[in-house]
Amino acid sequence: MPERNNTPLLDIRDLKVEFPSRRGVLVAAQGVNLSLQPGEILGVVGESGAGKSTIAYAIMGLIEPPGRMAQGEILLKGERIDGLPREKMRRIRGRRIGMIFQDPLTSLDPLQTVEAQLVETMRTHLPISEAEARARAVDLLDQVGIPNPAERVKNYPHQFSGGMRQRVVIALAISCEPEVLLADEPTTALDVSIQAQILELLKKLVREKGMGMIIITHDMGVIAEVTDRVAVMYRSRLVEEGPSDKILTRPDHPYSQSLIAAVPPPDRRIERFPLVEYIEKAGDESRKLDLATHWLGQARDFGQTDGPLLRIEDLTMRFMTKPSILPSRRRYMTAVDHVSLDIRDGEVFGLVGESGSGKSTVARLISGIYTPFAGRIHFAGEELTAFKSRREANRLRRQMQMIFQDPYSSLNPRMKVRDIVAEPIRFHKLASSGAEVRRIVDDLLDHVGLGASAALRYPHEFSGGQRQRISIARALATRPRFLICDEPTSALDVSIQAQILNLLKDLQEELGLTMLFISHDLPVIRQMCGRVGVMQHGKLLETAETEELFNNPQTDYTRHLLALMPRMKRAA
Amino acid sequence: MSDAARPSPARETEPKTAIGRFFDSDLWWSFSHSPLVIIAAIVTVVMIFSAVFAPLVAPCNPFDLAQLDLMDSLKPPAWLEGGDPRYIFGTDDQGRDIFSTILYGARISLLVGFLSVILAMLIGVTVGLIAGYTGGLTDTILMRIADVQLTFPAILIALLVDGVMRGLLPPEMHEEVAIYVLVLAIALSSWVQYARTVRSSALVERTKEYVQAAQVIGLPAPLILFRHILPNVMGPVLVIATIQLALAIIIEATLSFLGVGVPPTSPSLGTLIRIGNDYLFSGEWWITVFPGLALIILVLAVNLLGDWLRDALNPKLR
Repeated sequence: MPERNNTPLLDIRDLKVEFPSRRGVLVAAQGVNLSLQPGEILGVVGESGAGKSTIAYAIMGLIEPPGRMAQGEILLKGERIDGLPREKMRRIRGRRIGMIFQDPLTSLDPLQTVEAQLVETMRTHLPISEAEARARAVDLLDQVGIPNPAERVKNYPHQFSGGMRQRVVIALAISCEPEVLLADEPTTALDVSIQAQILELLKKLVREKGMGMIIITHDMGVIAEVTDRVAVMYRSRLVEEGPSDKILTRPDHPYSQSLIAAVPPPDRRIERFPLVEYIEKAGDESRKLDLATHWLGQARDFGQTDGPLLRIEDLTMRFMTKPSILPSRRRYMTAVDHVSLDIRDGEVFGLVGESGSGKSTVARLISGIYTPFAGRIHFAGEELTAFKSRREANRLRRQMQMIFQDPYSSLNPRMKVRDIVAEPIRFHKLASSGAEVRRIVDDLLDHVGLGASAALRYPHEFSGGQRQRISIARALATRPRFLICDEPTSALDVSIQAQILNLLKDLQEELGLTMLFISHDLPVIRQMCGRVGVMQHGKLLETAETEELFNNPQTDYTRHLLALMPRMKRAA
Repeated sequence: MSDAARPSPARETEPKTAIGRFFDSDLWWSFSHSPLVIIAAIVTVVMIFSAVFAPLVAPCNPFDLAQLDLMDSLKPPAWLEGGDPRYIFGTDDQGRDIFSTILYGARISLLVGFLSVILAMLIGVTVGLIAGYTGGLTDTILMRIADVQLTFPAILIALLVDGVMRGLLPPEMHEEVAIYVLVLAIALSSWVQYARTVRSSALVERTKEYVQAAQVIGLPAPLILFRHILPNVMGPVLVIATIQLALAIIIEATLSFLGVGVPPTSPSLGTLIRIGNDYLFSGEWWITVFPGLALIILVLAVNLLGDWLRDALNPKLR
C-alpha cells in the first residue's frame, strides 16, 4: 500500500455535475468525495449511466456545455483546478493529468505518424528540443512494450493492432510524465488476452513512476486485477469506497453486494444467479407454464430426429477483401475454416473465442443470414444447404431463431413492440385472428418479464436489458426449437446480464430448447452451457463437456484463455 | 413485478396519445422556438392555400375573357397614381389583375413542383433502396446510371423530353401535356439526389441487427425493404424533398421563362415573369416584379423550412 501523507495527489470534494435540459436537470454525479495518493490505483466501478466517466471529465475540465460542475472542488496537490481558465487548464491536461480513452481506434489522429503525435504532445508541454523529443518517443514506445520501437515510431495508427494501438495511447498519455493518469474503460474494447497485457503494463508504469491512477470500468475482473482501492458508483452517487479486497469480498452496501453477486463465477457452476433486482425490477419470479395448453407448446411435435438436431460438416465461409472483375486478382479472408460440429437435441452448446475468431459468422451461416462458401448444415435430419427455394428453407428456419448482441440495433426503431413481436407470428400464420395475435404477444411479453403494457411502446423507451427481453420474445414468437444466442449479454451491465441469463436458462428448461450460445466470456459460458467449442482464427480447436474443458483443457490456446480469465477472490 | 416495464425516469410524464407525443417531441420544440421557421411555415401554408383555393381567393379570374376589360390594361399598383383599388398590384397588357394571375400562376408552379418531387422521390427511393440493399453488381450498375444522369442539366433533359413528346403526340395535345412533360423532365433530373441518399442510408441500415432478425424470421427481401428499411431512411428523404420542392419550382420558372415550360394560356410564375419582362423597359415594372417577388418569397420560405428540418432531424449537423 502506498504511504499516506496529508495532501493527497488528487482530491475531489463534494463534486456535483449536472446537465440541464428542457425536461429538467439531470444530475450525473453528486456528493462525490474521492482522493488519490501517489502510486495508488483507484478503481471507479459502476454500471452504465452511473456517472463514472463524468468524474473523469470533471477532473479534466472537459464537461461539455450545457453540462456544468454545479458544486464541489477538485484539488491537484492542494491546488484547485476546477474553474481554471481554459488556457491554464490546457497546460494541466496532458502535462500533469494524462488520459486514456476506451477506444484506441478513435483516440489517435489517423493522419499523423505515432512519432509526430508523441513529439507534438511533448514539445507542447515540455521544454525539450525536437531531437530530444524524438529520442524520447522511441524510448516511450519501448516502455509500453512495443517491439522494434525505432521503426514502429514512424508508422501510422492504422498499422498497429488494437492492443498495440492502446499501448501507443498509453505512451502518449505518459509522455509528459503526468502525476495523475485517468483511464476510462481502457480495456473494454480489447480481447481478454490483450486486456491482461494492458492492465499489467498500466500497473507496472504506475508503480515505477509513482503516478496516481484512476481506472474507470464496469468490469469487476479489471477491478480485482489492478486496483488498490475501489469506489462503487450507483445512480450518480458514490455508495461505497474502500480497499479492493474488502469491497470484493465483504461489501457493505446492498448495491455492491448485488453487483458482486451478479458476476458469473469462473471457477464453478451455479444454478441461478441470485436475485439482482437493484437496477431493473423486471419480473424475475419464474412463472411455470403448462406446455400442454400454452400457445408456445402447440405444434411442438417436431418429430423425433435420429442423431443430433444440428450437424455442421466442413463449414467454410470466406469474405472478399479485395473485389476485382478478374477472379484471379480477388483476395479473400477465410472467416470460418472447415468447422464441423454436432448439437444434440435439448442441449446448450457454447462457442467461445476472441474477436475475429469466426464464432458469429458460424451463427449467421446457420441462421441463413450468410450463405456458406462450402460445407453442409443439417437441421433435424434435413440438409438446409441443399434447399433451393426459400419457401422450403423457411419451413425449417421457423424452428430456428436468433438473439442478437446489440439490443439497440436489433429492434426496428420505427415499429411498436407489439408489431415487432407479432411480425413472425403474422408472417408464418401461426395465429388465426388479429385478436389472437395480440393475445399471444401480450402473453409472450409477460413471459419474458415485461408487462403487457410494453406492447404499445416504441423500443427507444426501454433500457438495454428490457430491449433484450423484447428480442427474446420476438425469437420465441415463431415457437422455435433451436435458439442461437450471439453474445446476448455482452452489451449489458453485469446485473442485467445475470437477469437475462436467468431468463434464458428458465426458457431453455421450460420449453426444452436447444441452444447455440456464443460468447467471448468464459465464466458466462460455464454457467450456461453443457458442451463448449473453442474457436480461433476460424477453426474449431476443440469441443468438450464444459466442466471437462475447464478442468482439463486439451489445447494450448484453451489453456491460455483459461489462464487469462480474471479471477476474483470471493467470500466463502 | 407484473406491471413492470418502467420507462427511464425522464420520460415518466410522457403523454400517451400520438398528438400529445408530437407536441412533446424535440421536433415541435425546436419548431416552436425559432420565430424565423414559424414565419416561413406560415408564409408557405398561406401561399399554398391561396394557390390551391385561387378561384375562391382571387378577386377575379384572369383567364375568363368575359371578365377582362381592355380599358383596365396596364394599370399601375393601387397605391400609385392612376392605380385602381380593384387591382392591388396593377394589371397587365390585357387588363388582367396581376394579383390574381400570381395566385393562379403559383398554382401551376406548386403543382409542377409537388408532382415532380413525388415522381423523383418514387424513382430515387426505389433505385436507392434496391442498390443499397442488394449491393454488388446491381448497385454498381444503378449508381453508374445515376452518375450519367447527373451530367445532363435539367434544361437539356426538358428540351429532350419536350422534343420527344412533340414528335410522338399530335399537335393539339401539346398544350395539355406540357405540364406533365415538365414534371417528367424535372423529376428525371433530380431523382439522383434521393437515390444516393437512400442508398447510403440503406447500406448502413442493412447491416443492423434488426434487418438480420427479419431475415432470420424468413421475410422475403421486398418486405424487409419496405417494412423495415424504408421507414428508417425516410428522415433524410423528407429533408431533400422539401429542399427539392423549392428547386423544382425554380427550375420550372426557369424553363417557363425560357419558353420550354408551360404555355402562356395557363401561365406559371415563370411564364408571368417572362411576359412581364417585355414590359420592363417601357415602365410597366409591376407586371414582372410582383410575380418575381412571389416566386422569391415562396422559394425562400420552403428553403428555410427544409434547412430547419435538416437541422432538427440531425442534431449533429449543427
